[in-house]
Amino acid sequence: MQDSAVERARNAGKRLFHFHGGLRLHHHKQASCQVAVQSVAIPPRLYIPLMQHAGPEATPLVGTGAHVLKGEPVARFNEPSIGYVHAPTSGTIAAIARQAITHPSGLEGLCVVLKPDGLDRWTRLQPMEHWQSADPELIRQRLCESGIVGLGGAVFPTSRKVEEARNFGIHTLILNGAECEPYISCDEMLMREQPDKVVLGALILQKAVAAEQVIIAIEDQMEEVFSALQAAISNADCTHMRLVKVRTIYPEGGEKQLIQVLTGLEIPAGCRPPELGLLCQNVATAAAVAEAVTEGKPLVQRIVTVTGNGVKRPHNLLALIGTPISTLVDACGGYTHDAARLVLGGPLMGYALASDQNPVIKAANCILVLSNRDIQSDQAEMPCIRCGECARVCPALLLPQTLNWQIRNDLLDDASDSGLGECIECGCCDYVCPSHIPLAEWFRFGKSEHQLLAMERSQSNLARDRYLAREARLEQLKQDRERRLGEKKQALRDRTSVTGGTMGQGPA
Amino acid sequence: MNRKFTTGAAPHLPPISTVGEVMRQVLYALCPGVIAYTWFFGTGILLQILLATGFALLFETLMLKLRQQPVALFLNDWSAVVTAVLFALCLPPLAPWWIACVGMFFAIVMAKHLYGGLGHNVFNPAMVGYAVVLISFPQAMTQWLPPISIAPTDIGFLDGLWAILSGQPPAGMTWDAITRATPLDTIRTSVASGQTIAEARQLQTFGDLGGRGWEWIANGFAAGGIWLMWRRVISWQVPTAMIGSVIVLGLAGYLLDPGSNPSPLEHVFSGAIVLGAFFIATDPVSGCTSPRGRLIFGAGVGILTLMIRRWGAYPDGVAFAVLVMNMAAPLIDRYTRPRIYGG
Amino acid sequence: MSLAIFSIGLLGTVCGLGLGWAAKSLRAETDPIVDRIDRLLPQTQCGKCNFKGCRPYAEAIAAGQAEINQCPPGGEAGIRALADLLGREPLPLNPANGLEKPAAVAVIDELVCIGCTLCIEACPVDAILGATKQMHTVIAAECTGCELCLPPCPVDCIVMEIPEAIDRRRRPRPALAAGAS
Ligand code: SF4
Ligand code: SF4
Ligand code: SF4
Repeated sequence: MQDSAVERARNAGKRLFHFHGGLRLHHHKQASCQVAVQSVAIPPRLYIPLMQHAGPEATPLVGTGAHVLKGEPVARFNEPSIGYVHAPTSGTIAAIARQAITHPSGLEGLCVVLKPDGLDRWTRLQPMEHWQSADPELIRQRLCESGIVGLGGAVFPTSRKVEEARNFGIHTLILNGAECEPYISCDEMLMREQPDKVVLGALILQKAVAAEQVIIAIEDQMEEVFSALQAAISNADCTHMRLVKVRTIYPEGGEKQLIQVLTGLEIPAGCRPPELGLLCQNVATAAAVAEAVTEGKPLVQRIVTVTGNGVKRPHNLLALIGTPISTLVDACGGYTHDAARLVLGGPLMGYALASDQNPVIKAANCILVLSNRDIQSDQAEMPCIRCGECARVCPALLLPQTLNWQIRNDLLDDASDSGLGECIECGCCDYVCPSHIPLAEWFRFGKSEHQLLAMERSQSNLARDRYLAREARLEQLKQDRERRLGEKKQALRDRTSVTGGTMGQGPA
Repeated sequence: MNRKFTTGAAPHLPPISTVGEVMRQVLYALCPGVIAYTWFFGTGILLQILLATGFALLFETLMLKLRQQPVALFLNDWSAVVTAVLFALCLPPLAPWWIACVGMFFAIVMAKHLYGGLGHNVFNPAMVGYAVVLISFPQAMTQWLPPISIAPTDIGFLDGLWAILSGQPPAGMTWDAITRATPLDTIRTSVASGQTIAEARQLQTFGDLGGRGWEWIANGFAAGGIWLMWRRVISWQVPTAMIGSVIVLGLAGYLLDPGSNPSPLEHVFSGAIVLGAFFIATDPVSGCTSPRGRLIFGAGVGILTLMIRRWGAYPDGVAFAVLVMNMAAPLIDRYTRPRIYGG
Repeated sequence: MSLAIFSIGLLGTVCGLGLGWAAKSLRAETDPIVDRIDRLLPQTQCGKCNFKGCRPYAEAIAAGQAEINQCPPGGEAGIRALADLLGREPLPLNPANGLEKPAAVAVIDELVCIGCTLCIEACPVDAILGATKQMHTVIAAECTGCELCLPPCPVDCIVMEIPEAIDRRRRPRPALAAGAS
């Protein structure tokens, strides 16, 4: 990365820039931010999925029947710098079984089923008293052990991000509080109710990656958040922390878009923000970091927005990871009569769940229950009329109609050349398409197919190399054998000619 | 309680528009121009619109049935109606009924459905239909009426209807008596016979900027087109580039030789430039999709139109210019692909 | 008349020379056909095509000694790709060579394995690790799923398993609408 780009990134937030396209949407947040965040009662069973992010499932550390305390690790990931899965409350392990998990594929996965004992007793907590003077590596380890992941929806392990950030050298930490998708308000409520925790988390993260400055980005319509955070920042007395208001336009809260707005820079394909000296973290992640470090509490709960026309009393709820979604909806007064679709996440990027028995996961920022009139369309899918609307709103500057055509015709390499990899699956194109083509869904499909194709290709290249190497080795062995045989024969012949050939010592 | 929910891909929002809505807005935007047309040239054009629409819907239904496509869905997209109206607006108001029939056959059956239907046609269907009838029926396609205010005889609604249905001039009249060359034709013939344009413009058929009446029709279309641009139904690039290139090229010609080249405003306000810029060249299916591509496309149509007007065999050239540029569109799109994020 | 013949002749010569030059200097560099065929084969190295491996099969196709429908792991998609490359009509997979099935990897039941090394010798890509009288194991990432190790195992302790991670990542193809083609 050129120094000039890094230099520009250093000035992040001093001036605001625009990104291409995007949508101004009705944000529907009012319904769920009227009342304070409430805790959900502990349900009779918790289902804690062992697959929490990309990569393999965690390995259980406890057996059925074991009693665990709240915050005790119940499973461990086998990869470096991804930590543990923790028990969200105290109780006994009822089973470790395959269950429907909350995942776009709708497939089953291994879950730890916990039967709470109702006492909600914490395991022995070990706060880091002096994190200000602690070794940053210790902070990172703490994040890893506490199972902190990005709570904005990507659930990328935070300790990994911190590690990567440290390798590149970070000057600016960006806290992303621009919750741009309609309906979702969990981050807004968090910033309103616990601004100090967010600021504290920001300071800890800043320490962990040795950043020079922190920028907290919020949307310009979040007035209450602004004053709350302003106060928290001046309380904490940090001069290198700034609060920046950005436009309310979808998908301004996307990592790449937020960076573009704050710095005017685009992240080149194949690069990651740390190469520009930037690290993005969600505000809820920062709050979780604060709890993990100053209180020693692992990530076992999160704020979930439960909203939409399909629930009676939209709310923000503090729920234990593993709580069935139906429990959350019940806490909001239950479904209205016309509830038709259950979405995990926001209306543009969330995925529909077939059943409300699925558990809350770390990525679950929003449970959106929509009624039929929220989703129905008055026209079936039609052929593309090439109107170009999709390209006008695409924040990645792609030509969605071309990509769509390429993917439908299985031209995955062409699609990749046309920038499929840069698609952030924001759904803007989909939303404006007059032909109602499920563009974003085609792109998700195309991306997964292309990834599998690339995997298959590298695997087949590997197999070819190994096959050729083996053939060569076998050939070499054969030649060696023949040569040795020949040498032996030769030696024998030499010997027989010396001894006159009368001894009759033929090869055995 | 174990509730079941519908599944479906994100986004989980009702879409904001439909193809039918886009097409209907185009039709609304055509209204001011059509009203001006009727005001200046009588009700004949309304009959043409009705005829063409009828034939278009007939052929559309037939082809959808043949191709086993959902008829209701595609009739609801209004694209055949838009094609029909654009086509009808290019016809002389009293053209006989079978012109609309033949034109719509070529537009809907040949240019649209044989290429794969909505979204797959390479050429602008309305312009294909128009080009076919223009070449096949040159006689009928040049029987233009003068504006009512300077017409020698008054042709009523029933006279018009009779003329269209029978293919004969209204009772007791001859074609020669009631038709008049269009302003562009007049310019072409007078320049060919050695007159200057200033001399030709003394005729009654001319108004302040373009042809009498025609200039108001152009204003009507421009108003509708600007509304479409504001509604973002059409892009700004194509109309701007097309009218801009006509003005620049027209100005160059005018400055070089004002005697045989009309002024740029004259160019813009006569013939089908305004209609073409806002409604025909903006057809998304057969045009370019990238913003830069649309600029090139629009400019190409403008330049070709002027070249055809100046050197071609036809007085106006919007239709042919659009068809030629349709052929170039995929190539232009290929070379004007926008920069990808991060690239 | 002679002028016409002369000028057309001249034009022809110039164009011909131009074309000749273009064909030489603008020619796209391409790999030998065997390499290009080989790249389309799945590299499972299973021998189901009746050749010793993918490369020999590619050589046979290039030499016109084999049909393009003999590779079951490549399946219909593979045949289509070969047909495209060679400008032929796709054929249905020859059932004599086997049937197309989902990609799988071999897994050795380590409790049963007696450490005979027979499977190691059979593996075309050296994906099995082990030594005499020691337990063997398959390196899943390098296994091509060729099934060549199944028959030699004297205790039948190798099974083919379909890795689940792939299913989770694969998204279903969106439904085609009635009107969209
Ligand atoms: S918005 Fe839809 S109809 Fe328009 S160009 Fe894009 S894909 Fe085609
Ligand atoms: S989903 Fe992808 S292609 Fe569509 S607008 Fe978003 S980034 Fe662009
Ligand atoms: S059948 Fe087996 S060995 Fe033959 S080409 Fe296919 S994968 Fe390779």
